[in-house]
Amino acid sequence: MKPPPFDYHGPATLGEALDVLAEAGPGGKVLAGGQSLIPLLNMRLAAPAHIVDVNRVPGLDGIEAGPSGVRVGALARHAAVERSPRAAAALPLLRQALRLVAHPVIRNRGTVVGSLVHADPAAEMPAVLALLGGSVRMASRGGEREVPAAEFFTGPMESALRPGELAVSAFFPALPPRSGTAFHEVARRHGDYAVAGVAAAVTLDEDLRIAAARVACVSVGPVPVVVDVTAACGPRPAASVEWEAVARAVRDRIDPEGDIHATADYRRHLTGVLAARALRDAAAAARGEES
Amino acid sequence: MTTRLFGEPVQRREDARLITGQGRYLDDLGAGALAAAFVRSPHAHARILDIDVSAALDVEGLVAIYTWEDLPGALAEPLPLLIPHPALTHGRTAYPLAREIVRHVGEPVVMVVARDRYLAEDACALIRVDYEILKPVVGIEEAVRGVHLVHEDVPGNVGAHLVQEVPGPGGAAARDAIAAAPHTLEFRLDIERSASMPLEGRGVYARWDADDGSLRVYSSTQTSTSVRMAIAAKLGLPLPKVEVVAPDVGGGFGVKIVHPWPEEVLVPWAARLLNREVKWAEDRREHFISSSHERGQVQHVRVGFDDDGRVLGLEVEILHDHGAYTPYGIIVPIITSTQLLGPYKVGAYRVEFSSIYTNTVQVTPYRGAGRPQGVFCMERTMDRIAAHLGRDRTEVRAANFIQPHEFPYDQGMTFQDGRPLIYDSGDYPEALRLLKELIGWDSFPEAKARAAAEGRRIGIGVGCYVEGTGVGPYEGGHVQITSDGRVHVSTGLTSQGQGHETAFAQIAATELGVPIEKVSVVTGDTRRFGYAVGTFASRAAVMSGNAIALACRKVREKALRIAAEALEADPRDLEITDGTVHVAGVPSASIPLGTVAVLSNPLRYAFDEETRRATQFAGAASDDRPPVAEGEEPGLEGRDYYSPVRSTFAAGMHAAIVETDPDTAEIRILRYAVVHDCGRLINPMIVEGQIHGGVAQGVGGALYEKMVYDEHGQLLNASFMDFLMPYATEVPHIETAHLETPSPLNPLGIKGAGEAGVIPVSAVIASAVEDAEGITIARMPISPSDLHHLRLTPQGAPGSDQ
Repeated sequence: MKPPPFDYHGPATLGEALDVLAEAGPGGKVLAGGQSLIPLLNMRLAAPAHIVDVNRVPGLDGIEAGPSGVRVGALARHAAVERSPRAAAALPLLRQALRLVAHPVIRNRGTVVGSLVHADPAAEMPAVLALLGGSVRMASRGGEREVPAAEFFTGPMESALRPGELAVSAFFPALPPRSGTAFHEVARRHGDYAVAGVAAAVTLDEDLRIAAARVACVSVGPVPVVVDVTAACGPRPAASVEWEAVARAVRDRIDPEGDIHATADYRRHLTGVLAARALRDAAAAARGEES
Repeated sequence: MTTRLFGEPVQRREDARLITGQGRYLDDLGAGALAAAFVRSPHAHARILDIDVSAALDVEGLVAIYTWEDLPGALAEPLPLLIPHPALTHGRTAYPLAREIVRHVGEPVVMVVARDRYLAEDACALIRVDYEILKPVVGIEEAVRGVHLVHEDVPGNVGAHLVQEVPGPGGAAARDAIAAAPHTLEFRLDIERSASMPLEGRGVYARWDADDGSLRVYSSTQTSTSVRMAIAAKLGLPLPKVEVVAPDVGGGFGVKIVHPWPEEVLVPWAARLLNREVKWAEDRREHFISSSHERGQVQHVRVGFDDDGRVLGLEVEILHDHGAYTPYGIIVPIITSTQLLGPYKVGAYRVEFSSIYTNTVQVTPYRGAGRPQGVFCMERTMDRIAAHLGRDRTEVRAANFIQPHEFPYDQGMTFQDGRPLIYDSGDYPEALRLLKELIGWDSFPEAKARAAAEGRRIGIGVGCYVEGTGVGPYEGGHVQITSDGRVHVSTGLTSQGQGHETAFAQIAATELGVPIEKVSVVTGDTRRFGYAVGTFASRAAVMSGNAIALACRKVREKALRIAAEALEADPRDLEITDGTVHVAGVPSASIPLGTVAVLSNPLRYAFDEETRRATQFAGAASDDRPPVAEGEEPGLEGRDYYSPVRSTFAAGMHAAIVETDPDTAEIRILRYAVVHDCGRLINPMIVEGQIHGGVAQGVGGALYEKMVYDEHGQLLNASFMDFLMPYATEVPHIETAHLETPSPLNPLGIKGAGEAGVIPVSAVIASAVEDAEGITIARMPISPSDLHHLRLTPQGAPGSDQ
């Protein structure tokens, strides 16, 4: 609990927050849930000159769920999104993923948008945004811009957010009818960052054949790795797809690294196992079956 | 009404305080104190060329900066080697602040004192230390090659080398016994490093009283009396002018028995020098790289056995990674070498260890203290014998057990207390019978077959251990009953959350016949009790428990003597119940203990109604004797000590059922069963809590925890994000059964229980995973990634020679 010196700002409006961020430039860091930033400060691994605490800014904690998808505001806590019935109805994957995010006390405070901006390739929510082709809306004194997930995650712990910008919301688009999703991961301990994890989305056509199938893999690359396996599935009925064979296509597309918790080979193997499990469950959900 | 509290599951009286935030831990004290922080070596092995503090001098709020060159007298010498041993021919300890050479990442180099910790850290960040990097020695086998040296005057990096031999029947040496045996096996085992990792790190807070010339130090320690002596010696202060208090301590698990830590002498020294209160509370990264680790060993095993699995000869060579320094001597490998034998008779035994220096954090005892490694070695051996012979694993163990009629059983070795390794009591066949019943050992093959039919892999494992507990030399207890009827108990050893306040109060209440609510217990405060050793080696209940019981018996005898006079009765007719002395069978003839306390202390001055009875004109005393009779002392109090002839040996057996995922290689513990024998139980609830905590740490050691050093000697996982202690979600429900084989060695018949739970867990989980997978497990911990690769590695079946 001994961060290096910084100036603390507690803006009361979005305009004020953007003004402060504009002046702080590269030395400014936004504090929302603080579940990553505060440990980094305490361990003196980060030393921003300015902390801009946006927790008092009104209107940033919205969770808007509609037919087109779910828009999550910068101050919406993981727990609030996880518990939102409308968000879960519009996109079951949100709840499926959020239950894997750390522990309840961390989810009570941490924010979904904060997790996206932190851009940890081992985290679940960046994978969800990438899988769904969502986007992040960023505001600055100069105006707003919306950046798609494919361009937002630029590297490990790196996003497209520029100095002076505040990520005000993220949009998770809904899937077409007859779609199903699942998220499977293996963590060393309950709630840890996953050794490997796979989010899957499967959409069926009117004849219950595979129309689209995609996975997003965590902890196997610098950013969430999205693999479209529609072709590998072929236009077969979901029930007759060889998911293990499809998963091989996923395994071949990733290039994981080893670390102290798992070797690269194990991560690749595990990603294949989890991809098959997630795709099978997602297809079952698309058919309206409980997985 | 009889006060029968010994043996009851009395709720822990300290918990209300500790779990509602009312505990007073080190960092809760000294809010206004100056803060110390340390510049620590970023290199595993380097020569200090220059220390430039000039940039730090401008930090507002800076008070002082110290390096080794500032240290006076004994403070400038290496820290003490606490436990010398003839085999420790090259014992080495660190300086409080590094002098010329640093030998591990995290070694303190500069101490900064500032107005608060933030500023102290700011100043630390501005101090420039120039190093000449030396070749680091990392890993036991690299160190043994001796190409590069941790200490340039320690050839081969060997700090200690010790061989112990126990001849078999007929005087056969182990080598010959193995050669002559019908079957032999030879293999290698590896155990990774872990650490005590208490939730509260180390910490020191010192107050110098310039008017009184005295020093009070609070330390998060497992031995306040010994810290006191060390500080007095290092600072050149008279012992009566130093007080050391262990406040609430948030876990120790061994690491806090090491003393004095550099910070433990430097902070009091700075407080005295600056005439200001100074405090240092360790942060987590500091704890990882600047305290102690344990466990890391490589073992080479050769065993010879007969067709029944009886061991005829056993040879074990141990390479013990001791880290950079040996302040605690070679206690850990000695315990591994001796406790390896467990509940077994092994015929001829030869054990040899080399204690090896590496440029890593020093190794000192962590809960279990070398036993988990020894038990891992012996239990892996038992499993391999069983696999080799195609016999049930419990049968092979039973064939080697010491039998109940063979106690006391002399293992023919020297234990960690320098005394013979003689087991005092035990009933191993009964413990195994209970365990097999508890886990359902005999019906497991059917369960395994059913699981296999569903595509699931499950396996069962077993592990046995014997734990020498309650090592000497002594502990003491002081018991005082005051005129309000309260009982004040103190003992010098410290508490780290084990429940001593409750267990010692149970003993005192039972011995004295008073309600437990009347009893208060103070531990680890040298102002209350100056003579003690400390809390380690599962010794607190055995040592202080018996000392307190003996002190209570003295007080009881005195109380009865005084009461007999007041009641005009024979002391032999008196009993004490509910805090009142009365004549047996005559309830009206009674006197409260508070009144006895008044009478025990002849007074000149009264200060309340009660004490009027003890003044000179109250007419209670006889005229022809001195008010304090010869040989008596005023006051209703007593002090006594317990000093055992040798350790008492607890035992236990654990079994686990695990499931391994055929695809992901995840390992899940489905059931965990413990049969535990620590003699008479003071409080079964506390013992079970100790077992649960121990098993939790054992699960950590078996499946999660390791210290990962890179080739440069950098600890790669020095945080709770990457050093994986199990959460509650990773610890299985623990089923326990108690066996009570009293110790004949002490008045209460008790044995220690603190470390027990952790000891066999790695052995048990290895046994269960091996059973589930049919793959030989020779290295712990095991992760899913490890298991995945073991599955892909061609190897012989368990039990084959490797």
